[in-house]
Amino acid sequence: MSGAGLNPERPLRRVGPLALGVALVVLLGAVLAGLLVGAVGLSPGRVLAELADRLPWVSIDSGLTEQQSAIVWELRLPRVVLAGLVGATLAAAGAAYQGVFRNPLADPYLLGVAAGAGLGATLGIVSVGSASAVVPAVAFAGAVAAVALTYALGGVAGGGRAGTTLILAGVAVAAFFTAVQTFVQQRHADTVREVYSWILGRLSTVGWTEVGLLAPYAVVSVVVLLLHRRLLDVLAVGEEEAATLGVSASRVRLLVVAAATLGTAGAVAVGGLIGFVGLVVPHIVRLLAGSSYRVILPLSVLGGAAFLVLADLGARTVLSPAEVPIGVITAFVGGPFFAVVLRSGRRGWGP
Amino acid sequence: MNGIRGRGIRVAYNGLVAVAGVDLTVEPGEWVALVGPNGSGKTSLLRALAGTVAARGEIEIGGHALVSLPRRRAARLVALVPQHPVLPGGMTAAEYVLLGRTPHLGYWAGEGAADRRLALAALERLDAASLAGRPLGALSGGERQRVVLARAVAQDAAVLLLDEPTASLDIGHQQQVLDLVEGLRRERSIAVLGALHDLTLAAQYADRLVLLDRGRVVAEGPAEAVLTPEHLTLFSGARVALLRGPGGELVVSPRRDLPGESR
Repeated sequence: MSGAGLNPERPLRRVGPLALGVALVVLLGAVLAGLLVGAVGLSPGRVLAELADRLPWVSIDSGLTEQQSAIVWELRLPRVVLAGLVGATLAAAGAAYQGVFRNPLADPYLLGVAAGAGLGATLGIVSVGSASAVVPAVAFAGAVAAVALTYALGGVAGGGRAGTTLILAGVAVAAFFTAVQTFVQQRHADTVREVYSWILGRLSTVGWTEVGLLAPYAVVSVVVLLLHRRLLDVLAVGEEEAATLGVSASRVRLLVVAAATLGTAGAVAVGGLIGFVGLVVPHIVRLLAGSSYRVILPLSVLGGAAFLVLADLGARTVLSPAEVPIGVITAFVGGPFFAVVLRSGRRGWGP
Repeated sequence: MNGIRGRGIRVAYNGLVAVAGVDLTVEPGEWVALVGPNGSGKTSLLRALAGTVAARGEIEIGGHALVSLPRRRAARLVALVPQHPVLPGGMTAAEYVLLGRTPHLGYWAGEGAADRRLALAALERLDAASLAGRPLGALSGGERQRVVLARAVAQDAAVLLLDEPTASLDIGHQQQVLDLVEGLRRERSIAVLGALHDLTLAAQYADRLVLLDRGRVVAEGPAEAVLTPEHLTLFSGARVALLRGPGGELVVSPRRDLPGESR
């Protein structure tokens, strides 16, 4: 790396190649596991051959029937990719929120995304049914509307959209949207089960439609958040000092909130309210790899993707052929894992 | 033309006046000490000059009106060392000093090799090179203050604002920090404006003292003219003796009234 030799300790190192390598290997392992294991028992060797067959200059006859091949390409792979995109987006948004609000409890749902999407989805389900393609669209719209309202409210209140003001505005907006959602739900008790199952989160997908819907939002969101990693380190010294360094905290916050909201709303629209990923993955990365957002953001993207691919694998295999809501898995596995990391972690949330 | 020029600077928080019309000039290479009792407006004046609070009146930094400067350009001209800097415990000293390069970078740009070199050089200049890889949470008070100053040096601004840079340091570290500031001022012709609560140190290091009380300038000039018995009663009715040190320097010494002693 440049700058080496000036200081043997290399205190200015960004994401180390080792950490990046480990994260990539973990993600690759998760993806392979997600492709090899499923409700239908396919021989792992044949699935690997099927995958290798698609590589350039490789031609292997996997021996899978056309139907089995479709399971790999139209069921398992899109689902793994979808889980990876959702996990990466939620973890990146959570990490960025923790930085921009300087709040260890921040997660992507902080400013009302969850309540807005919940209301949107409920309205969609009661009016057109849960199978309709309208549901993700109204969930997305609800999520964006809730954050926009939070932002507007934060500006009207005193304090000029300071972090705390925005968080409190988010609480108010979320309470309001949740109240409306509960009211609508009570009026349509027959759909409670569908709404509930939507809220718990699911990544069921057939083919690539959902991936296609989410990918643009996820990619733009993650890229913009990654571009802010240095500025999030600047904000670590507080808003006033950031201002003396020429950085407007409110401008960074606006861009981060906008990018995170687009990605999170997209993720929520296709995956429901999957909790825990956005909160815990960045913390695990922070505890293992250091407190700089130059490290936390890229590693959270990879770690979030790997975590959700594995959680989804659990969700569809634990009670196979039935599915466990993925939010149950993320919390059930993530909670204890987080506790272990917290116990053995060297670097905590700075004072 | 660098340095600070201020005319009629006023700062108010929700109607509460903190700085009530201050005129102030600091030339390049000059060290001016802001002195005054607690709550006299020293910090607010520094914040106004750094552009982090809204202020009325005219403020020129390096010949440019502060209000017309974009934030990033202003940050290239003025560096502020706050009294209580936020020091993220997990950040290394070198990472922290590198933040000083922020105003020289585009919004989404990363630091280049030159920025990293400047950051490490700033640490070296403040005799803190050995701290580079240490997390801020593991630094002593004196080490922290040097690292914070190094960040301001890396910022490479022509105006350095210091808010109580020696508070909570032992006497040796106070002198060390002020000597480092003195060296920087000479080397780079930096205009230094520092709020100092230790009047003896202020008298020894600064070219000029500006005494604030309740947001106004009460006295201004060399230490002998500013640190007079009647001015010093402004400091919450302080009872002090003005002495001369072995080199003829002014010493402000606190005096305790003993019981039974007549005044």
